[in-house]
Amino acid sequence: MKIKSLKSRQDSLAQTEKQLEILNGGIFEDGTLPTFKEKVKNSNIQQVRPKGLEILQINVGYMCNQVCSHCHVDAGPDRKEIMTQETMEQILQVLRNSKINTVDLTGGAPEMHPQFRWFVEKIRKTEVEEIIVRSNLTIILANKKYNDLPEFFAEHKIHVISSLPFYKRNKTDRQRGDGVFDSSIKALQMLNAVGFGLPNSELQLDLVYNPSGAFLPGDQKALELDFKKALDEDFNIKFNLLFTITNLPISRFLDYLIASENYEEYMHALVDAFNPSAVGKVMCTNTISVSWEGFLFDCDFNQMLDLKVDSTIAHISEFNSTALDDRKIRLSQHCYGCTAGAGSSCQGSIA
Amino acid sequence: MKKSYYQPEDLKKFGEIKEWNEALGSKFFDYYNSVFEEGSLSAREKSLIALAVSHVIQCPYCIDSYTKDGLQRGIEKEEMIEAVHVGAAIKAGAALVHGVQMMNRHDQLSM
Repeated sequence: MKIKSLKSRQDSLAQTEKQLEILNGGIFEDGTLPTFKEKVKNSNIQQVRPKGLEILQINVGYMCNQVCSHCHVDAGPDRKEIMTQETMEQILQVLRNSKINTVDLTGGAPEMHPQFRWFVEKIRKTEVEEIIVRSNLTIILANKKYNDLPEFFAEHKIHVISSLPFYKRNKTDRQRGDGVFDSSIKALQMLNAVGFGLPNSELQLDLVYNPSGAFLPGDQKALELDFKKALDEDFNIKFNLLFTITNLPISRFLDYLIASENYEEYMHALVDAFNPSAVGKVMCTNTISVSWEGFLFDCDFNQMLDLKVDSTIAHISEFNSTALDDRKIRLSQHCYGCTAGAGSSCQGSIA
Repeated sequence: MKKSYYQPEDLKKFGEIKEWNEALGSKFFDYYNSVFEEGSLSAREKSLIALAVSHVIQCPYCIDSYTKDGLQRGIEKEEMIEAVHVGAAIKAGAALVHGVQMMNRHDQLSM
């Protein structure tokens, strides 16, 4: 299925106010379901609060070669938002002067940013230990100029985290577009060829699974075994870990839930699966998300809802980790996505 | 009174069965949860058996639950429909095998 971004379709859901109106209204307004804040309060557990910044997740822009039906960024080839080099310099300045040990580069397809390689090389020269690149895989084959990305990733010891919704063609292509599965398989083989994901290799290659529909992910370890067996037997592909990520009800996935009349049932499923032990481990407790404009958010999802950090420090140019550690995390009903079942984060399940 | 005996939202209330008899309700749910744990059969295989049985006993709640459970486990629709056919074949076979009784009775009563 060929789709366009909500923004280019001029869909009302492209407006964050509209999304928040849905998330705060309806079944949460009339009391059918408790709001996330109420649920946390009634569970007699600690509030969600920062525990010290470890990861800086940087969204370098919304441009992407794919248009996935579940994308919470509403990314696509028609999105032109892109980080300036000035903002990148400001981020580098922060990295040189802070104790952040992980940088997590995302988009869109971060590799499409014209200064992507320059930025990675500069980050490598700081004290940051780990650089994650969230790659959609198909970008590696999308154009000749990207074909050597596996070698570039290897040279800079990038931790590659790649999306692959399923180990079979039909479900993958339904979610991410025709031909995505075949390209992803080729890209994974290219990554294996330079050492990523191989046993005894220090080059880490993890895969991300997210459900292709209105249901929650199953057990991460069981799915990892299924993925490993199928990808090895069918394509001789190796990888390290599988992360299961719950689809959060925002942007294009919210659009899908509403259009398919699954929204209320999905929200019930998220609330029913609320796991108090996941609350203290959600990623906003140790991560800050930076937008292409340099604004700061509790997570990439809050970035897409334009819920900036509740702090006097709003922009990377004024970064201050002590002040940011004091902030209150901004919550809404999409947060149920991170606390359902075994919990969910950009590093998979958490509880 | 609701207009249908079956209400989708009743599935979510299944746990409330315990409220009227905690001891028996708890015993049932403990047993149920133990049955579906990994064992000599995998939890995935058990999910497919449950899906097949759900169709044979025509329980809409169970069909809802085990279709979703299968999706979460990465069970594919081709596997689900084969499981349903296994259940349907056994049910059809169970009806048809009684035809032997009919044939026996027919022959016994006929000259």
